[in-house]
Amino acid sequence: MTDDYNFAYLDEETKRMIRRAILKGVAIPGYQVPFASREMPMPYGWGTGGVQVTAACLTPEDVLKVIDQGADDTTNAVSIRKFFQRTAGVKVTEATAEASLIQTRHRIPEAALTEGQIVVFQVPIPEPLRFLEPRETETRKMHELEEYGLMHVKLYEDIARHGQIATAYDYPVKVEGRYVMDPSPIPKFDNPKLDGSPALMLFGAGREQRIYALPPYTKVVSLDFEDHPFEPSKADHDCDLCAASDTYLDEVIMDDQGGRMFVCSDTDHCRCRREAGHVGRLGVAA
Amino acid sequence: MTPLLQVRGIEKRYGARIGCTAVSFDLYPGEVMGIVGESGSGKSTLLSCLAGHLAPDAGQVIFDTRARGPVDTVTMAEPERRMLARTDWAYVHQNPRDGLRMGVSAGGNVGERLMAVGARNYGSIRSTAEDWLGRVEIAGDRIDDRPAAFSGGMQQRLQIARNLVTGPRLVFMDEPTGGLDVSVQARLLDLLRGLVRRLGLSAVIVTHDLAVVRLLADRLMVMKGGRVVETGLTDQVLDDPQHAYTQLLVSSVLQV
Repeated sequence: MTDDYNFAYLDEETKRMIRRAILKGVAIPGYQVPFASREMPMPYGWGTGGVQVTAACLTPEDVLKVIDQGADDTTNAVSIRKFFQRTAGVKVTEATAEASLIQTRHRIPEAALTEGQIVVFQVPIPEPLRFLEPRETETRKMHELEEYGLMHVKLYEDIARHGQIATAYDYPVKVEGRYVMDPSPIPKFDNPKLDGSPALMLFGAGREQRIYALPPYTKVVSLDFEDHPFEPSKADHDCDLCAASDTYLDEVIMDDQGGRMFVCSDTDHCRCRREAGHVGRLGVAA
Repeated sequence: MTPLLQVRGIEKRYGARIGCTAVSFDLYPGEVMGIVGESGSGKSTLLSCLAGHLAPDAGQVIFDTRARGPVDTVTMAEPERRMLARTDWAYVHQNPRDGLRMGVSAGGNVGERLMAVGARNYGSIRSTAEDWLGRVEIAGDRIDDRPAAFSGGMQQRLQIARNLVTGPRLVFMDEPTGGLDVSVQARLLDLLRGLVRRLGLSAVIVTHDLAVVRLLADRLMVMKGGRVVETGLTDQVLDDPQHAYTQLLVSSVLQV
């Protein structure tokens, strides 16, 4: 760590401001709290909201894990991890169980989260009603008065057009029977992991200047119809490296002859399974 | 009998200019009130005040609610007023683009109000939507088309279906036939008259087209400069206009 930066880049007053927003978010689960988002040394869309929330929550004792689409080794994850190594000097890890704070983009780790862990989500668009009702004044009013019929119009359109609820990520949820929340673009496969999670979940949207939160053990229900219930979906395969049948998979195109493989999107989980001796169709014994 | 809607001394000003002032009337269940007047006479302002889209500067709009009887909707809590607006009230805009969600299919447009009041069964929402499309003479196979693919007349009929699906008791219509050609107008009027009579709806219809009120309205209010200058039974006002402006209005209708 160099002395050129305050601990975790942001100045202490900014962190206080963000912590106040986080506390308010925790007090009202699912409610979008406005905050004065700062310019960060990375472009919008790279997780500036998540980075600010992480910076405000980090302590020198924390162990940080950063994932992007489940992987620890992709650009976004690597650059944010390096950023905090340089500006906060905290320990980093790739193991979900060792981490006390996990910043994630588009996934929730496969390994069960535990009490005391914090998961920070990077959120591009925090407003679940945005694409149906572009007026921000109107959507705020709808949240205020709990007028959420419009959310079902979106699901209705899905079924009318595709025969099923085709929304595969960003799947809207209702928190504690009150606020409808956009769970950030995690696949709907991960939605059940939000419900009653022992870890604290924080959502930061930098460009949109909103923070919201799910305190531990919050009731989170995915919206659906009585005759078209919510189904967490995944590719109908096992992982080709570790043979896991219960994880979210990425499809990898292997050649131009139609060859493809399916691998766990959570690289840490896949590695642990291979080290424990599980071998998939295309894997080699570790 | 309790009037469904009692309007008492409604006034709306835009700065020093008068939008509408000193408007009072009663509307009984099953009755259709027409409001006519030239452009700028305050009829649309009045309708917006009645429907809660604008806050009037003075006056009361007392609606006979199902739960609590007659309540002033101007001072009513906002959640209750918005609930009224999507259950017991309906508002048909002049331009169907204002009243429809153009990015959502016809079925979704009709179903929105149902989902807003808690319908959560896709099958029943869809069959209700199909039923209503049929009632406004839109073919069932257009249910998944977006309103943008509809003609102006169809869009207007879709807007009417979308509004009537929750069985409202009071319908506000702002120039429902504006911008449609005469044959489409005639069909729409026929449809509206049938629906209003069959469902026993009460309605407040704002228009500058005297033929529309002749067909649909039981009673008529003539507005000029933000004030009501003449009221009465429709046929009486149109056949024997008393006020100079009403006489001008009636004599200005083009004869074919």
